[in-house]
Amino acid sequence: MNKKTLCLYFQVHQPVRLRKYHFFDLGKSHDYYDDFANRTITRKVAKRCYLPANQMMLELIQKYGKNFKVSFSISGLALEQFEKYAPEVIESFKALAKTGCVEFLAETYSHSLASLVDEKEFNLQVKQHADLIKKLFDYTPVTFRNTELVYSDKIGEMVARMGYKTMLTEGAKHVLGWKSPDFVYTNSLNPKLKLLLKNFRLSDDIAFRFSDKSWGEWPLTAEKYAGWLAESVKNEDLINLFMDYETLGEHQDVSTGIFAFMANLPQQVFATSAFEFLTPAEAAAKHQPVAPLNVPFAISWADEERDLTAWLGNELQLEAFEELYKVRDKVKAVNDPALNYDYCCLQASDHFYYMCTKLFSDGAVHKYFTPYDSPYEAFINYMNVLSDFVARVDEKYDNKEKKAVKSSVPVEAPVKKTVVPKASAEKNMKEGKKAVSRTRKK
Amino acid sequence: MFGWEFPPHIAGGLGTACLGLTKGLAKQGVEVLFVMPKASGDEDQSSAKIINASDVEALYNLADIEEYWKNINFMEVGSNLIPYMDPEQFEREVSEQKKYGNRTERIGFKNKYTFSGKYGANLMEEVARYAMVAATIARQQRFDVIHAHDWLTYAAGIAAKKVTGKPLVIHVHATEFDRSGENVNSLVFNLERQGMLAADRVITVSNLTRNIVINRYGIDPAKVVTVHNAVDFQSYSEMNVERGVKEKVVTFLGRITYQKGPEYFIEAANKVLKAYPNVRFVMAGSGDLMNRSIRRVARLKIATRFHFTGFLRGQDVQKMFAHSDVYVMPSVSEPFGISPLEAMRSGVPTIISKQSGVAEVLKHAIKVDFWDVDALADSIYGLLKYPALSEMAGRCGLDEVNTLKWENAAFKLKKIYEEVKR
Repeated sequence: MNKKTLCLYFQVHQPVRLRKYHFFDLGKSHDYYDDFANRTITRKVAKRCYLPANQMMLELIQKYGKNFKVSFSISGLALEQFEKYAPEVIESFKALAKTGCVEFLAETYSHSLASLVDEKEFNLQVKQHADLIKKLFDYTPVTFRNTELVYSDKIGEMVARMGYKTMLTEGAKHVLGWKSPDFVYTNSLNPKLKLLLKNFRLSDDIAFRFSDKSWGEWPLTAEKYAGWLAESVKNEDLINLFMDYETLGEHQDVSTGIFAFMANLPQQVFATSAFEFLTPAEAAAKHQPVAPLNVPFAISWADEERDLTAWLGNELQLEAFEELYKVRDKVKAVNDPALNYDYCCLQASDHFYYMCTKLFSDGAVHKYFTPYDSPYEAFINYMNVLSDFVARVDEKYDNKEKKAVKSSVPVEAPVKKTVVPKASAEKNMKEGKKAVSRTRKK
Repeated sequence: MFGWEFPPHIAGGLGTACLGLTKGLAKQGVEVLFVMPKASGDEDQSSAKIINASDVEALYNLADIEEYWKNINFMEVGSNLIPYMDPEQFEREVSEQKKYGNRTERIGFKNKYTFSGKYGANLMEEVARYAMVAATIARQQRFDVIHAHDWLTYAAGIAAKKVTGKPLVIHVHATEFDRSGENVNSLVFNLERQGMLAADRVITVSNLTRNIVINRYGIDPAKVVTVHNAVDFQSYSEMNVERGVKEKVVTFLGRITYQKGPEYFIEAANKVLKAYPNVRFVMAGSGDLMNRSIRRVARLKIATRFHFTGFLRGQDVQKMFAHSDVYVMPSVSEPFGISPLEAMRSGVPTIISKQSGVAEVLKHAIKVDFWDVDALADSIYGLLKYPALSEMAGRCGLDEVNTLKWENAAFKLKKIYEEVKR
């Protein structure tokens, strides 16, 4: 009999948080980051979530062999901070990678929203991330998941062009309508790209409701949950459970029994149903797509609306976002390692999330994630940093222009000089990256 | 209801609050008998004395036009009680009056209860005298609940309760700790505490004040309830002003006293001016720290960019807001704080201290710790520098204040009345 598929995917991300950057620091200090907070939080979450959760996953894989599979997307910024503050987390992911039961997904290096802006920038960041995954885990990602599961027809098309075969996104109700998220779909522009959709009801039962004592189903046992899973796929093919990895131990404290629940889940699933665990790539390969999925406007996995309003909903966010990408061409032209690094950190979607004024309605979730007292404060701080950054870029850019003009007098082709060819820009960027991480290790 | 000031002539937020509450209560079908002391009306009053006979006339005019005022009766008691004044100051004022010999006996307008006792020579005596009048009134009027606003009237409330046995609700708009920091006047403190102890319910205008009542006065938390203030913009009219200056304007508006934190505004202004010269700062109001503030501004050499207006009243306040690009209220301790709401009603982006009660109800104001001059300077700079920020804060702030209605506060109040009546 054809087995149903259970596909587990976890997002691992830690932004590089900005320090309190006063306007009178403008032009004087170019150190934007709250190293203390970044270190403390990374270490705290490593201890509460990443390390014990990885250990649990490893044990499950050892126990069930090839029958238990799981997948992760780990943002470049998170990996970078693990290397810096909690290298043991990298080691534990390496151990998982070696089992062959784990799929690592591609995403943008800085957990950015570049897919909404510019294909070149988007591709660059995806490549930067894939290179890091290859370097750390000797693994080449074949499945893509965009920041916060942001997806549209166009984004899917860009992802397909990069050569990815499968992409993850939200099973948003307003997109699916009567359709079920529990099948494989395809991109409506390029049918070669398969789509796996998050079953948000079952995912959120774990991610958000697990420890909610006012929830009718509390306490949730693995047995009960396995029953729900079996019931949900009478005619459907697969169930995609996508959530933050931090659900384990961080969003849901260890005292809620979340680890015991997860550790027990495979056994219950095997006992009561005909499921097999597959990675996203395997799941997409196994099941026949049922239909193309039309998503003209971008969706995401955030909030009730499942759209972009958590990041680009109000004028603060739009303004900051616009200013950030206005300077992009100059950053690329200057191609300075330190500037490239800052530009990367500033693009993390989290900065825009902090400016969200929906905070006042979807409050509980938003408030939990923001280091700022209010969206206004988040905006002011970000804009101060961005202003300083833009000033630095402008300065370098102007210097470069001058030099280019000077040196171009004897040389014949002055136009060529100002535009750095893409390939070498990428190469420089990688080298710059290394240079930066080297200096930061000191 | 025992109060001590009422619009349109008010020295602080309490009169506005009383007006809003009584209006709201009237809409809820609660009848209110408002008893308040009336100042002597002597010509010789210093600027702090604001209630005089002609003001009272205006009051009655207002009462006539508003339809639902029919539920509210006013009763005045000839008295010298003056808001925002401590006992020592009061004594000074009164002895001055004595010297000039114009202590004519006054009987309150339309006042059935002519009270012909002599005015007390000090504030505490006056409070006691007011309490006696209150007892007389209480015996002759029919009502269900006694509601006393702020410490000057607590004794009156207690007296009324003793005479009639009716439940007493006291309303804390400010405590001695807000007015004087740690240098509390023990007489005032004791009066406040007695009022709170005697009351069946203590209403505070914010959780900030509620905590002070519980922790500093040792009052049983179970009977202390927060009812946030609101604002009434019914009579608000849009105002277009022609600006005289090209620069942006950042405004502080309030009494220039310890409680309002003027020095933090000055220090922040100094920081902002260094990075953003195209701006002017205005300190509107008067108070005992005014001279010191002027000296500080001079010493910082920012006086060409920093202006003092003196005390503003009536239309001038609104005009000031219309001239402003940013409004700042850096209060050290503010039980509630109505003025940011007025600024927001004028569409002015607003920065308030976290140590203000109004911070508990506002989302679209930027909140900083009063002592954090850097954060304050950052916020001012941000609002000046980033148009998206000021536009959004102004627009959302306007929407927000329009949802703060006295009816909601009155609704809570009515529930409390019903509780204590049982």
